[in-house]
Order: sequence, then C-alpha cells, then structure tokens
Amino acid sequence: MSEVAIGPSTSDKVWTLPSRGFVGMACLILAEAAIFVIFVVAYIFYIGKSLTGPTPKEVLDLPILTTICLLSSSLTVHASVSALRQSKTRLCSLWLAATVLLGGIFLLGTAHEWYGLIYKHGLTIKTNLFGTTFYSLVGLHATHVVVGLILLSLALLFSVRGEMKEHHSEKLEVLSLYWHFVDGVWVVVFLVVYVLGR
Amino acid sequence: MATQTPVIEVHNQTAQTPRRLWLEVLHDWVTTVDHKKIGLMYIGYALVFLVIAGFEALLMRVQLAIPNNHFVSPEVFNGLFTMHGTTMVFFVGMPILFGFGNYLIPLMIGARDMAFPRLNAFSFWISAFAGILLYFSYVGGSGLDGAGSALDVGWFAYAPLTARVFSPGHSTDYWTLSLLLTGVGSIGTALNIVATIICMRCPGMKMSRLPLLPWIYLVMSGLTFVAIGPLTAAQIMLMLDRYVGSHFFDTQAGGSAVLWMHFFWIFGHPEVYILVLPAFAFANEIIPVFSRKAIFGYPAMVAASVGIGFISLGVWAHHMFTVGLGPGENTFFTLATMIISVPTGIKIFNWLATLWGGKIQFTTSMMFAVGFLFQFLIAGLTGIMLSAAPFDWQLGNSYFVVAHFHYVLVGAILFMIFSAFYYWYPKMTGRMLSEKLGKWHFWLFVIGFHLTFDFMHVPGLLGMPRRIYTYEADRGWMIWNLIISSGAVFQTVATLLFVYNMVWSYFRGPIAGPDPWDAWTLEWSVSSPPPSYNFAEIPTVASRRPLWDLKHPEDPDSDYEMGPVHPEETQKEGA
Repeated sequence: MSEVAIGPSTSDKVWTLPSRGFVGMACLILAEAAIFVIFVVAYIFYIGKSLTGPTPKEVLDLPILTTICLLSSSLTVHASVSALRQSKTRLCSLWLAATVLLGGIFLLGTAHEWYGLIYKHGLTIKTNLFGTTFYSLVGLHATHVVVGLILLSLALLFSVRGEMKEHHSEKLEVLSLYWHFVDGVWVVVFLVVYVLGR
Repeated sequence: MATQTPVIEVHNQTAQTPRRLWLEVLHDWVTTVDHKKIGLMYIGYALVFLVIAGFEALLMRVQLAIPNNHFVSPEVFNGLFTMHGTTMVFFVGMPILFGFGNYLIPLMIGARDMAFPRLNAFSFWISAFAGILLYFSYVGGSGLDGAGSALDVGWFAYAPLTARVFSPGHSTDYWTLSLLLTGVGSIGTALNIVATIICMRCPGMKMSRLPLLPWIYLVMSGLTFVAIGPLTAAQIMLMLDRYVGSHFFDTQAGGSAVLWMHFFWIFGHPEVYILVLPAFAFANEIIPVFSRKAIFGYPAMVAASVGIGFISLGVWAHHMFTVGLGPGENTFFTLATMIISVPTGIKIFNWLATLWGGKIQFTTSMMFAVGFLFQFLIAGLTGIMLSAAPFDWQLGNSYFVVAHFHYVLVGAILFMIFSAFYYWYPKMTGRMLSEKLGKWHFWLFVIGFHLTFDFMHVPGLLGMPRRIYTYEADRGWMIWNLIISSGAVFQTVATLLFVYNMVWSYFRGPIAGPDPWDAWTLEWSVSSPPPSYNFAEIPTVASRRPLWDLKHPEDPDSDYEMGPVHPEETQKEGA
C-alpha cells in the first residue's frame, strides 16, 4: 500500500470529489453543443438548396486573420489562468487583456464581413436559405463570443483593480473552459461554412 | 437533542403560524434558495397546472362523449388539445419531477443543499414565468382586443402550420417563448442535479453506493441537456422565421417542413424518457421498502437506465413513419425502437424479482406502484406494436396512438407520481396522508383509468383519427367514446379526493415521525420535515442502505459489499 500513498487515491481517507464549477460548466457546454449541432445540421441540410442567389461561392471569403485571432485567444486565456495560479496577477491581467483584444478583433472581422455581405452583395437573412442558415449559425456563434467577451472583460476589470487573487484561479479556469468551447465551435463553423459549404 | 430547536423553528416557517405577517411568509418563499422549499414550489406549481390541464382534458371528453356535439367550437377544441399537451409535458411533468428531484436528491446523498442554490431558484422562477406566459396567450393571443385565442397548432406544432400565414396573431409566439424559457429553466435544474450528485455526496457515498433515485436522475439530467438543446434551437429558428423572415421551415423558399419534424422529435422522444425515468426512480425506492427487501439487481438497474438514456436518442423518427422516410430509415428506427424494450424489460423483471418472496405491504403508495408495473407493461406492449412501421402506417395519428401514450403518461408516470406523494408526503410535511382516502383515490382512479384508456384503443382500431372535434353518429365510435368520457369523470373525482386528502392531512393527519415506513435511505434519518440545513452533522455511509446498517448493526449491508475495497475505506471517485 505504501507505494500508492503519494497519489490522491485509496490510502488516504480524504473524501475528495470533482469541483462543481467544472462539472456545471461541462453540463452547460453539453447543452450548448446540442443547440449548435442542430444549427450545423440545418446548415449542412440546406447547402445548395437555395432557390435564388447569391451563393456562398460568390460572396464568402475565408476569414483567415480573424480565425487566427480567435484560436490564439484560447492560448492567451490559458496563459492568464496559469499566471494567476502562480500568483502573477499583473501577468494575468496582461494575458486577459490580450484575450479580450483578440476576441474583439474577431467580432470586428465578423461585423466587417456582414457589412460587406449586406450592403455589397445584398445578402440578408431573408434573401435565401443560404442567408437564413449562414446568419443564424454564425450569429449564434458570435452571440456566444459576445457573452464570453463580457465575462472576460469583467474578469479583466477585477484583475486590473487587484481584486483577483490566486484562490480565484479555479473560477477563471471555469470561464476559460467556456472560451475554449466557443473557439472549438468556431473550428466546426469554419469547416462547415467556409470549407464544406463553399 | 441538538436538533430539537431548529426542527421547531422550521416547523413554524412551513406551518405559517399567525405570528408572522403573510408578507413575511411570502417574502420568505420568493427569496428562498433552500432546495426543499424550491422543490415544494415546483410541486405546488405543477399541481396547479395539473388541475388546469386536467380540466382541459375533461372539456374535450365532454365534447367527444356524443356525436355531433356542440359543447365547444372547433377553434376552442384545437386550443384545448394544444394547451392540454403542452401544459402536461412542460408545466406538469417536468416541474413535478424536478420538484421531487430537488427535494430528495440532496437529502438522499447526505448534502446540505444543491450545488448551485441560486441557480436553482432562478431555474424555478423562469420556468414558473414560462407557464404564465403560455397561458397569457388565452388573453393576448391576438392582441388584447382579440382576446380568447390560445395557440391551436398542436403540441408538436408542425410546419407550415406555424408560419405567419396560417397562424396569425401572437399565440404561437407565446408558445415559442414559453418553451424557450422553460427550456432554460430545465437545463439549469438538470445542470444543478448533475453537479449536486457528482460533487456533493457525503463521505463514503461512492457511485456504487448511490441510491437508485439519484442515479436515474443523473441519466435523466444528461438526457435533458441533449434533448432540450434541439428544442431550443428549433424554437429559435421558428422565431426567426416568424419575426425576421428567414426560411428554415418555409417550403415556398425551399425550406423543409420535415426538418421541423426531425428537430421536434429529436427533442420529443428523449423527452418521453425524461418523464418516465423519474417514475422508474420512484419505483426503485418505493417497491423495495414495501417488499421489505433490498432492490434486486442494482448494477443491472443502473446499466439499464444508462442504456435507455443512450438508445432513446436514436429512436425519434418512429414518430414520423407516416411521412414516408424510405425503407432504410424505417427499418433502422423500427429496430432501434424495439431494442429499447430490452433495458425496460430488465427493469420490469428486476422489480418483479424484488417483489418475489418479499413481505409485501399494500399501503396506498405500494398499490399505486403495483398499478404502475402492470400498466407500464401494457403500455410497452402497445409500444412494440406501434414501433413496427407497417402497423404504424395503419394506426398513426389515430386514437390507438393516443391510448398508447396516455397509458405511459398516466398509467405509468402519473401512477408513480401518486405513489411518490403517498410515500414522501410524510417527509415533506411531517404528517401522514389518510390511508382510507388514499385507497378510495386508488380504486376510483384505477377504474377511471382503465375505463378511459383501455377502451380508447378501440375507436383507434376502428379508424377514429385524433384531434377531431366531433364525429358522425354512424361510424360506430359513439359507445366507445361514451365509455371513455365516463372514465374521465371517475378520474376527476379521484383526483379531487387526492387534493382534499393532501389539504386535510396537512392539518389533521397523524404525526409521521422521521421514519414512518422503516426505510433505508438517508432522507429518513432526519426529522420530518427536515431542518433547513438538512443534516446537523454530515453523515458517513458504508453501504447502499445506510439506515439499515444503523438499525441492524449485527448484520450490516456493508458486510456483503463486493469488490476488493474494504468497507471502511473511502476513496476518490471519478465522475
């Protein structure tokens, strides 16, 4: 028995259970994933079924830059959690600010894309099935980015005011899980909308 | 002795002694985050809607009792069956089951509250407002000047019936919004239940020692995430179609009406299991106690529940055989649907084996549980009949289908809910329900149930479609409909008797004491009703029946635990 005494396992009688924050966030992510699956299925189902133009091929460009921004924001938020765990609160604020900035650039990119689609190509949610499924799927994702950004900005605010301490790192990590999920969804959306659907 | 004072204190709170202003009491209930009070509010709110939706069913049965009846107009009839279905599923079934779960799960796993008490209160209130929003459509469905137009698109609201052209006014929007909100509440509560069960168990309560009720609620909550998500997504799409002019379900622009059916039933079929799994959970607690035996086949029960959870995700299109899906899909969904009877069969045999050789006590609670066993079996048998696509082509959308699913919803789920009331009412109020009134309730309800739903199969076989507001006299359906409607009267009387019993017993029932049934799970170790903090000292358990161990130190269950782990040893448990 003495060999396993180091591990958090059988020999010590401490009753430890998973953190409720992680479990709760995992459940939320599962429920949200189910919502996204339905929108993705609708998108795939309606690919090429629009009765009128414009088609994705004509109007969509690959959003490479914004994709890079959003995906790298996953790394920065992870870095901020690690920094907070080591009590480096200044570094944590810095990484959080970078995350908010990158997320903001992504949103601006989406806004720019939508502006072009609406005013240059005349594609709205009413135009055809492509417009319907495109704006709803990308819009649903963008809504999640907005929610994530609001939460991250709050965390940044607390961090800058020096109110976020090492013992908050678990909470920040739960928030970062949500942000990773938003990024993961974007990978799917990118593949479906800009690769498969174009 | 240490628990005496708080018990009295809590008793004062719930008994609403005249010393406290009603405003204080109200404030107390509105602002509470106590899982027991929220559970009771869920149950009370569901009972109110049960009476409303039951009354709607009664009106429909009066209308259909004789041919060519003009008791209600066709428009009102459409509103009645839509509201009846929506209310019973979302505002009776879900909240009453979440209510029992909320009340019982922390007590059964030795926790002081749910994992997220404030989220719990939020989930309840948002669901409650959703119910009010749904019924507001009766007032504001066509704008306030055109009052009296409830939604009338059926509870599954097939496209394109929900398009602006066919459903003008706002009644369909109230339905959509209401389901969106109650969906948020359901996901919140399910999340809370999962987090509570995984993270709040008392020391020694390994997953293998978890009582079966929390186990099944865990499966049911998992199903809630993956089932309510699609419903929410579909409702968002419908809202976009109706308000922004998108074309998801707009066949004129190439949209698909069948897609809505898929999305709705991807939610709709797991929803049936979300409703029936808690009924199984109640049976798993109640049948062993009144058989005076430990549950037979605990691991098989857990495995069967998890199996049902997974299989139920792959059977939705058996609601759509009449659409004409094609031979591949029809075969797949027929087989998947038939396979689900395997884990359900395992459960039925386990309950029978639990009864076998036990000293069965026929309390009212147990009588309802036995009724459940018998009726659930028949409901399952007609389910197997309908799962065969060719049979379904004949009887889809007939009264045979209505009879089948009411056999599940009433014969199985409602019977088990009644059983749960008789079993846990003493814990919740501190007083026993009257057994004499309870027996009357049971027998009247059984007679009414079988009059209504046994005979409902027949007009279905004779070709009577569902959702018609009246019929010609020469179809040969009249005598059957008269019998069905007379059964509804029995059920109404029985339900009123039940309500009377609950009110009367609250004031006059015999004092229950902490453990009136000599049961084995942790909720019976605290006073009735439990103090607001549940456990003065967090218990430690060493087996699946901690109270048995306490009462029988000479022969504790922990001696019989299998596996290499020593009984006194506690260990980290993975989720």
